[in-house]
Amino acid sequence: MAESGKIDPMHQFAIEPLFGTDHLSIGGFNIAFTNSALYMVAAAVVLWIFVVGGMKRELVPGRWQMAVEYMTGFIKSLLVANVGEGGKKYIPYVFSLFMFILLANLLGLLPLGLLGLHPFTFTSHFTATGVLAILSFSIVLIVGFWKHGLHFFSLFVPHGTPLPMIPVIFPIELVSFLVRPFSLGLRLFVAMTAGHVLLKVLAGFVINSSNAGLGYGLTVGSASFLLMIGISALEVLVAVIQAYVFALLTSVYINDAENLH
Amino acid sequence: MPQIAQIAETYSSQIFWLLLTFGFVFFVIGLGMVPKVQGTADARDAKISGDLDAAKAAFARADEVEADYRAREAESRAAAQAVLAKAKADAAKDSERKLAAADAEVASLISAAESRIQAASNAAMAQIETVAVDAARDMVARISGVEATEAAARNAVKAALAHG
Repeated sequence: MAESGKIDPMHQFAIEPLFGTDHLSIGGFNIAFTNSALYMVAAAVVLWIFVVGGMKRELVPGRWQMAVEYMTGFIKSLLVANVGEGGKKYIPYVFSLFMFILLANLLGLLPLGLLGLHPFTFTSHFTATGVLAILSFSIVLIVGFWKHGLHFFSLFVPHGTPLPMIPVIFPIELVSFLVRPFSLGLRLFVAMTAGHVLLKVLAGFVINSSNAGLGYGLTVGSASFLLMIGISALEVLVAVIQAYVFALLTSVYINDAENLH
Repeated sequence: MPQIAQIAETYSSQIFWLLLTFGFVFFVIGLGMVPKVQGTADARDAKISGDLDAAKAAFARADEVEADYRAREAESRAAAQAVLAKAKADAAKDSERKLAAADAEVASLISAAESRIQAASNAAMAQIETVAVDAARDMVARISGVEATEAAARNAVKAALAHG
């Protein structure tokens, strides 16, 4: 791994079992409660608190209820725009997906290191993003074959394809379809990992240049620090955009399953 | 890269906890709470559009009522004018008739009074003649000592009266 002095920018992604649960297991599989699991629970709890605040069900909403209804309305309009009226039944799933990923990304960006804690972004692990991607892909497959049966395979033959082209087009479309869960999961994992690595590398520059002397600290260190401020803002944007992209692509794929083009 | 280096010992724990937490998020929050939140928003949208429709309908009804009112107003105005004209004509006819009756009455009263005056003046003239005849005979008797006949005195008086 790339080491810059004593600071390892990859250490932030290390998974450590917490509370002495190292050897907790079910059926031979280790299920230790790790820092990753802690942040998953935190995202779920924060989301639960957020939505509970919007459950007052008043005709004239307060600020919190307005915020929650804005989020559900946002997911609803996303699904209606991409899938049509039939997309409304996927609101619970896409809302859960979007908010869970969004909160995971944002909680991982909190400057908890200042308090001596160890912030962790579980969406920077392809094990986690892969599970979410496979979930979305499974829903597409199940809905597609449930609604259309074997006719679902016509998805791989676009309208107006000339007959001699079908043997060529079909494998290409099939491969592009099968690649979807990988692109879905890897996109989120790569975006989160890259941003966090960049922040830690720059932070390493600040520390190492300051240690090397006042002149280095004032030139390289302060320049890196300014860059970090900008990139931190950018990372907040990336956190939102990646959650949105995941939800948007999921709804686009659901549209394929619901409407076959 | 811990994502790859640690995958063998951590994949099962990550998948387990992710399924557990995302399962909680999906079943409790997504399926349990989000439809209620969305239902509230939908109910509000429905209420707003319903209220707007009701307001629109009320507007249309108000316009209808106003047009109806205007039509009835014009109608009753015309009716009132007809009644007024009829009353005017009746009153004019009535007063004309009364005037004519009063005229006739006044004319008969005047002619009666005139005839009464005529009679009274004739009676007065006759009385004056008698008195004048008596006076003339008396004067003749005093002056001349001759007794004038009543017929002569009467003729003389008549002549004097005729000359005024």
